[in-house]
Formats: sequence, C-alpha cells, structure tokens
Amino acid sequence: MLRFIFSKLLYLIPTFIGITLISFSFIRLLPGDPVLLMAGERGVSAERYAQISAQLGYDKPIWQQYLTYLGNLFQGDFGNSIVTKKPVLTEFLQLFPATVELSLVAIIIATVIGVPVGVIAAIKRGSWFDQISMTGALVGFSMPIFWWGLLLIIFFSGTLGWTPVSGRISLMYYFPQVTGFMLIDSLLSGQAGAFKSAVSHLILPSIVLATIPLAVIARQTRSAMLEVMGEDYVRTAKAKGLSPARVIGVHALRNAMIPVITTIGLQIGVLMAGAILTETIFSWPGIGKWMIDSISRRDYPVVQSGLLLTAGIVMIVNLLVDLTYGLINPRIRRQ
Amino acid sequence: MKIRHLAAVSALAVMAAGAASAKTFVYCSEGSPEGFDPAPYTAGTTFDATAHAIFNRLAQFKPGTTEVEPALAESWDVSEDGLEYTFHLRKGVKFHSNDKFTPTRDFNADDVIFSFDRQGNTENPWHNYISGITYEYYSSMEMAKLIKSIEKVDDYTVKFTLNQPEAPFLANIAMPFVSIVSKEYADALEAAGTMEEMNNTPIGTGPFKFVAYQKDAVIRYQKNADYWGEAPKIDDLVFAITPDASVRLQKLKAGECHLMPYPAPADIEAIRNDPNLKLDEQAGLNVGYLAYNTTVAPFDKPEVRRALNMAMDKKALVDAVYQGSGVVAKNPIPPTMWSYNDAIEDDKYDPEAAKKMLEDAGVKDLAMEVWAMPVQRPYMPNARRAAEMIQSDFAKVGVKVDIVSYEWGEYLKKSMEPGRKGAVILGWTGDNGDPDNFLSVLLSCAAAKDGGANRAFWCNEEFSDLLAKAKASTDQAERTKLYEESQVIFKDQAPWATLAHSTQYVPMAKNVTGFVQSPLGDYAFDTVDITE
Repeated sequence: MLRFIFSKLLYLIPTFIGITLISFSFIRLLPGDPVLLMAGERGVSAERYAQISAQLGYDKPIWQQYLTYLGNLFQGDFGNSIVTKKPVLTEFLQLFPATVELSLVAIIIATVIGVPVGVIAAIKRGSWFDQISMTGALVGFSMPIFWWGLLLIIFFSGTLGWTPVSGRISLMYYFPQVTGFMLIDSLLSGQAGAFKSAVSHLILPSIVLATIPLAVIARQTRSAMLEVMGEDYVRTAKAKGLSPARVIGVHALRNAMIPVITTIGLQIGVLMAGAILTETIFSWPGIGKWMIDSISRRDYPVVQSGLLLTAGIVMIVNLLVDLTYGLINPRIRRQ
Repeated sequence: MKIRHLAAVSALAVMAAGAASAKTFVYCSEGSPEGFDPAPYTAGTTFDATAHAIFNRLAQFKPGTTEVEPALAESWDVSEDGLEYTFHLRKGVKFHSNDKFTPTRDFNADDVIFSFDRQGNTENPWHNYISGITYEYYSSMEMAKLIKSIEKVDDYTVKFTLNQPEAPFLANIAMPFVSIVSKEYADALEAAGTMEEMNNTPIGTGPFKFVAYQKDAVIRYQKNADYWGEAPKIDDLVFAITPDASVRLQKLKAGECHLMPYPAPADIEAIRNDPNLKLDEQAGLNVGYLAYNTTVAPFDKPEVRRALNMAMDKKALVDAVYQGSGVVAKNPIPPTMWSYNDAIEDDKYDPEAAKKMLEDAGVKDLAMEVWAMPVQRPYMPNARRAAEMIQSDFAKVGVKVDIVSYEWGEYLKKSMEPGRKGAVILGWTGDNGDPDNFLSVLLSCAAAKDGGANRAFWCNEEFSDLLAKAKASTDQAERTKLYEESQVIFKDQAPWATLAHSTQYVPMAKNVTGFVQSPLGDYAFDTVDITE
C-alpha cells in the first residue's frame, strides 16, 4: 500500500510544475493588464506605466518572471495581490474554509440523495420512479445555476420568508473565526441560536450547489448498478437463492460503487474549484468569487497562485479518491 | 493576531450586552474594499468603507453637494497670488483607539504633514510600506508637482505652498485619497514592525470606528462617541458585502439590510411600487460620450463632426439605453455642476441637414468604426445598444458604421492609441465636483498627449487657454465665466457627441431617514437614522 501511495505522489510532481506553467501563462495570455485596469478611464502616461510595471516586476523578460515566481514558491512565498497588496496565501486561507464547508455539505446532500435514487432507479428500471428521477436528473444537470439560485431566493426567502437571502450567518452574531467553518465556529461561540442561524444560511446555497452533482451521481449510480446487475456473479448470487437485499447490497452495490466514488471525488474537486456562481449569488465569501474578481482585474499573483493552491487541493482530493479506490478494490492496489 | 482579534471581540460583546437596544444600520455594499488605507486605492467601494466612514480630510464636500466646506481645518487663508494656503486646524479632535493603540495626543499639524508626505515623498519610510504599493490618485492628480512645500507653522497651523496657482486645490484636498491618518499610530506601528496594519486596522478621526473585517463578507464599525462633528445617530454600522444587484434587492426587501447602492435598472419600477421601500434619485455627476478621433480625416473637420452629431437621435438613444435613468447631454459637464452653460443649444436632430453638411464638406461614402465598451459603467449601462442605435442613425445619412469592441483593459489601451480609427464610446464620473476635473482631464491639449484621457485627441489652444486661466484664478465668478465660454467652443468644435448624464438611484427601507445622496456617488452614513 505504501508503494502505491508513493507512486501516486510521484505523479504529482510533474502535474504540479505543469500547473504552475499553465496558471502563470494563462492569465498573461488574456488581453489587458492590471496597470491599465487600475488607471481606468483616466489613462496612464507611458512614464508612469513603466514605473508601476517596474515596481511590480513586469518589465522583466517573461521567463525570468516565471523563474522568480517558481523560486518564491519554493520558499513558500505565493506573492502579494496587486489589488489588495496582501499575501495571496493569507487571503486564500481566509476564504478557503467557506468554500470547503459549502462544498462538503453540498456533496453530502448530493450523495445521500443521489446514490439511493440511482440504485432504486436501476432496480426498478423502466418504472415511473426511474422515468421521473432520470428526467429530473437531466433537468438538474442542465440547470442554469444563477437563475436557479435567484429563483430559490425569491421563493423561499422572499415570498415564504423561510430562509435568509444571503451570507453565512445572521449579522447579529459576532464571534472570532477559529476554524473558519461557520458550523463549528458557531457552536464554539456558545451564543444561543448561532448554530441554527449558520445552518439556515447554508440550506439554499448548498441545495443550489448540490443540484448538478446530485444529477451526475444519480445517473452514474444507476448506470453502474445496471451494468453490475448484468454480471455473471450477480446472476450466480441470485441463482444461489440469496435474498434480493443481499444480492443488491453486497454483491451489486459494492462493485457498482467504484465508478460512483470516482464521480463523487471528481465532483468534490469541481465544487471546490468552481462554486463561483453559487458563491456570487449567495454572497458567500469563498475562493470562487475571489478568483473571478482577480481574473477580471488581471491580478496576476492571485490568479496564478490561487489556481495553483486550488489545483493542489483538487490533486490531493483525487489522490484520496485513488486511495479509497485501492481500499475498496484490492485489484487496483496490486496493479 | 488572533489574540488581538479576541480582545476586540470581547470588548464588543460587553458593549453589545450593555446596550441591548443599540441601533444597527446594515448597508448592503456592492463589493469588498481593496484595503483600509484610502491613499493607495482608487475605487469608490474602497472609499465608502474607509475614507467616508473612518476618516476625515482638511476640507470636505458639504453633504449632498460638491461645495467645499471646512472639516479638520476650521478655516483657511489663500494668499493674493494663489500660491499659499494656510490651514487653521480644528482643536480637540481625537483619533480612534483600539486595543493595540490609544492616542496620547489630539490631531495636529504633524498628522497633516505626514498624510501628504508619505504619498509624495519617496524617501518617507511609509511611501512603500507594503511592497508594490502606489499612490494612484496622488500621482495622477499630479499633487507632487503641484505642492512645493508643506510647513508646520505651529501645532494647529499648516502652510501649503504651491508651484503654480491651482483653483481646484481645495476640492482636491477634500478627496478621499488625502484622508488624514494618525502620525502617532504610524510611529507606533513602525516601532512594532507591523506597518502593514495601517492597511488592516485603520485609525482615523471619522464618525465611525473600525471594528472588524471578514474578507468578502462583513465589515463592522461602531459609532465614534468622541466625534468632533455631529455624532452619528446609529450605534453600529455594518457593511454586508453583496455583489449581485438582484440579491441586494432581495436582502433589502427581506429586511436584511437598510439601504443598497446600484440597483439594476430593470428593478427601478418595482422598487418604486414597493410599499416598504423608498427610492432616492439624483442626477449623477457623470457624462457618457462618443469621442471622434479629431486627428484623422475626415473627422478633423468640425463640420463633419457636427453633421454626425446632428444625424444622431439622442433622445431615442437615451430612452432606449438608459430606460428612464438618464437625461440627454448637451455639454461635457453635467447640469448639476457649477458653471454648466445652460444657454447652449444642443444640435438639432436633423438627418436631412446633416446629409447636406456632409456633402458640402466633401464627404461621400463614409465608413467608420464606432467602439462599444464591453462593460457597464455608471455613465453607460449598455454601450453595445448605444452603438447599434448610432449605427442605424448614421446609415440614414449614408455613413456606414462597423461596431467594434475589445476586452475592457484592451479597450482602454487601444482607445488611447493616437492613430485610432473610429469613434469611441466612453464616459467619466467626477472625482471632486470641480469643472476642471472634467474639462482639463478629458479635453485639454495636455490630456491629448501620451496616456491622457482625451480620447478625441482634440487640442484647441483657445479652449485650453481658457481652462488654464480658470485654473489659476481663485475668483469663482471669473472661473464660472471662463468655463461657460469654454463650453461654447466645445459645442462649436464638437470633438464629442455628448450622449447622456445618468441618474443615480438609492433604494432604502421606508424607516431610514437622514440619508443624503452625494453627487459624487459616495455612500456615507453619519447622518442616517432608523425610525421605529
């Protein structure tokens, strides 16, 4: 198992360097630059432009900028934002827990609902449940998230008044960030009602964020189950006279879970990196919105290091998925 | 870091417990501040969260106007030649305190000198206290070139000597970037080796004290009980950062905030009809325009530019693009600004006459580009739509228009290139309410040179001379006359088609009183109150 982990870790090194290259060049390939955007309609003289560029180190040849960037990275320096002038790592660490919290809750919702729905749809293939749930999954998969989020806000927060519109907790509550996870911090604060407020703020954004992964997981579970249920060993199990619950629960489900776990793992990565729309609608202070703002301002250090940090996390999640894979299916470990 | 935070929190908790009925005002702001030191930044969002809440300046804009009135300076004298400004500072003004810093002295001349010196003097250790920091306003307003020296006459008197007379100087020093910061606080931070805290935990003299900022989520302030001016009526001020306009409105409706900026134009009617909300509206200090390149034929001929202006149905354009939230512009400065020349008549919409004028000028089969910005700005909600309407109007006089657009940064850059083909749609929002801030910045010969904002590259000596004369005079009546004259030249020479001035809307809950809208688009809350 150790060798398995080690070999997986080795793969990370070239991936890591690849990401630094892509994130570094990607933002520079976009037209427009931070100095001009900062100056806006007022414009900037060539002299001043050169001065600011030099201050930011953008007057040097591009390869040299890249090497400086890499060199700083190895010393743990992710650079400072051009806009806020603060260290990118500090900002990332401030915002990341919010994204993780939202993503985890969303993926839990998506899994807890998506897997059983997929299993039932597979068992009762062709039934009305199968038809309705798979149509629902198709709708969910193609849902325009911005519209969906706003619709939920208008209905549940506006018309019914059941949930708060946006934010992470009622402004009434004020306590220090300990873990950055509002669910935990609200409990630690000991303030009455804080936890409940945090939960109520999580409901709508996590439903919105769970929508697409839920659809993906349900569909993936269904097709994996259908495939496994056609296998010889399932037929044998049935022929042996095992109870349907045992056939499905032990023989079919366990094998069908392998592709499903991959899907779930990949979805976690997708969510962490891309909860941009949900974060924007619900004023959720996470990294998705931070990255989008930085791209539009051409805040090079934030975009390149932010991408790198996010990619690093996604890589770790994927590694964990691979390892879980190995646990469930010993054949993979041995390969 | 964490300890400081905890202490601040417990202090607040104690206070909150003591005043159960504390009035908390929540403002659904549109974005996050870039930092809490107002000097290095240029965004209005940052100034609302810093300069207007936490700090004061020597002079300030009288609420609701662009008139300059005393603030931290109680009064000032200007020398005959307009070169020396002597400020008499207010006594007994206290800086805020927090758990790390308690001021031992009142605000005085040292703070004023420090606040200017750190921006202009590259030798000042605070000039570069965070790597990569720049003082964009100080440098783009050419303050370093303007100010020859700043002297402390005594603790409560400061003398500024200028290199040339500059009438807008008083308006300049009422701007957010020259907010007065505490020298004593700066010294303490420097000694502690935590200079960057200047940008994280600000100490000012303003109506509200900074309490805490949770990035991209919430900013908390508390009323400054020792405020030198009229103390705020609310106890706590909270900025709930809500970037999406529709969500802001939902929050306002749900009672999660009291006031919001920048509603979506499509929501204005609904807000007006909502019994629980009220809507404040005011003409904005801005202009949207189409700038011809006056250095390229045939646009170098004023009669061609005027003919094109006459071919444009501006009324229809403003109705369609601004949807009731704008008025047709005839001058380059907005009607709310002093020296606006209302005697000027706008070009009549007359395609037939325009066609004839073009023929007389020898222009046949003209094809041109019209540039449409890719972004929404306060002065221009939909440039693409505006360009399309111009295209169809110009087609009626036989001018073929190609609509061009670039990514915003690229647009700004390419529109500054002297040989640019075509006319660009762009605009301006005033910084300080002085006509010079529109006319010189956008239309003077100096601004037509490298990197300036004169996108028409229009250099008219007579016009620029009038501006220079007005800038050197401190006699308001004389300046008004000069600016009025300059607008006549502008209209005659037509370097732009002036399109519109947009309206600013501020929706708020019915029980909010005392909010005064600023023509400069600032959001300040020292006068607001909530009635039960």
